[in-house]
Amino acid sequence: MRRTLPGLPLALGTTLTYLALIVLIPVSTLFVVSSSMTWARFVEVVTAPRTLAAYRLSFGAAFLAAIVNLVFGVLVAWVLERYRFPFKRLVDGMVDLPFALPTAVAGISLASIYAKDGWIGRWLTPFGVEVAFTRLGVVVALVFVGLPFVVRTVQPVLRDLDPEVEEAAETLGASRFSVVTRILLPGLAVPALTGFVLAFARALGEYGSVIFISGNMPMRSEITPLLIMIQLEQYDYPAATAIALVFLLASFVLLLLVNRLTAAYATPPGARGA
Amino acid sequence: MAGGALRPPRGHHVDEPRAVRFALIGLAAAFLAAFLVVPLIAVFAFALREGLGVYLDALREPAARAAVTLTLTVAAIAVTVNVLYGLAAAWSVSKFSFPGRNVLVTLIDLPFSVSPVVSGMLFVLLFGARGLLGPFLSEHDVKIIFALPGIVLATIFVTSPIVARELIPLMQAQGSDEEEAALTLGASGWRTFLHVSLPKVRWALLYGTLLCTARAMGEFGAVSVVSGHIRGRTMTLPLHVEVLYNEYRTTAAFAAASLLTLVAVATLAVPFIVERRSRA
Repeated sequence: MRRTLPGLPLALGTTLTYLALIVLIPVSTLFVVSSSMTWARFVEVVTAPRTLAAYRLSFGAAFLAAIVNLVFGVLVAWVLERYRFPFKRLVDGMVDLPFALPTAVAGISLASIYAKDGWIGRWLTPFGVEVAFTRLGVVVALVFVGLPFVVRTVQPVLRDLDPEVEEAAETLGASRFSVVTRILLPGLAVPALTGFVLAFARALGEYGSVIFISGNMPMRSEITPLLIMIQLEQYDYPAATAIALVFLLASFVLLLLVNRLTAAYATPPGARGA
Repeated sequence: MAGGALRPPRGHHVDEPRAVRFALIGLAAAFLAAFLVVPLIAVFAFALREGLGVYLDALREPAARAAVTLTLTVAAIAVTVNVLYGLAAAWSVSKFSFPGRNVLVTLIDLPFSVSPVVSGMLFVLLFGARGLLGPFLSEHDVKIIFALPGIVLATIFVTSPIVARELIPLMQAQGSDEEEAALTLGASGWRTFLHVSLPKVRWALLYGTLLCTARAMGEFGAVSVVSGHIRGRTMTLPLHVEVLYNEYRTTAAFAAASLLTLVAVATLAVPFIVERRSRA
């Protein structure tokens, strides 16, 4: 039946041409440029102490931020779907803010409020917690950029859960705690994990919000995208490319993982109305 | 527990104790306040802390005006191109099945998983002074990097999946029954697309377009690489914010940032308003 719809040659032709020009050719230059350097030089660049420190910070901070978003994302989705409270719709809409707010704006705002004398920072200073211009600042910025993902992957699944399953468990004598931990949360595991990987991948490449709050100290608080930027400013294209290539491959593996996870619970196309 | 039928239909039959409920709501509220609400309020508070006069002066200075003009130009081009591409991509992927379809979906999403800095770098590698096509371009006196075309290309790359992403799940879920009916009744392919398919996805298309606009205007990392930061010429609003902030002109930086924040808030407000209206 679906074969009868027109427009495939035009639509697919446009899509493929566009992807080739805008995505494939630019991405392939990465491989062309990196192939111009010797293997020894490539290894030297990507295993230099400064590069390794940047990789460690980028992956570590992105991972921590994604963990925070995993826990609080499930919590926020739960609260939004299950409870009633004032301004609920407004709060729900605000969750998408990191998708729309420019990262540079988020960066200067977070840097200002988490500074030692900032609105939030001043309450943390007495406890010896410094956020701005430390690695913790990197995590804070990355929590911001990854915040919507887990909420938005968990929310629809939570909404569609059949309340009768909960009722049945309750009728059979399960406590509320065991209903939540043994029936509800396992059902949310795959969407929550999808959101986690999306938040991780997004945080990994983030630049704008981080550079204002991190202090950008080489070996300590310098993220990988910044190191790439510095190499580009010094016109060392091969070094920038080598660092980026390793980084990009990691992101690509994450993307494949997301697609696998999504396929595990989304309705495949063509399964409907066959 | 057996009294479920007495509760309103959307309410849940089993629930946590009141104290647990309040604690969870409080925890979620504290998290959202620290990471969303306070940063949002701070933008306007910092922008206006020296009064409305200083705020307006910061927006009137020539560098700010040039940045606004450039940002609007770049966004207009990038959004137009990406809306057309998004429609074509979503149509191909959601209405047909063909070999390699999943690869295509992955490719459409690919720019989302590339770091913005790396995205910008791709175009420097291609068109930069020491890039693959650099010598050819300088011979013909074509400037792409550190000029408008580079900024547009980097922005297009970064924002290209947005519209397609908004449309694909919806188009897939809706199926093609109405389109097939229209075609059976003799409508042409274009007519079916314009009068049946487009209205079916109009809100998703609107939201995707708005989100694409907000992201195109706010793109920082990729534009930062290709722009060269030439004041009054290649500085978009986010770069203008960066430079002011690094020059310790904090109030002016937040004033410029508040314009971008307003665009972001407007983008989020539209689905809110649309849902209200369709519910009424």
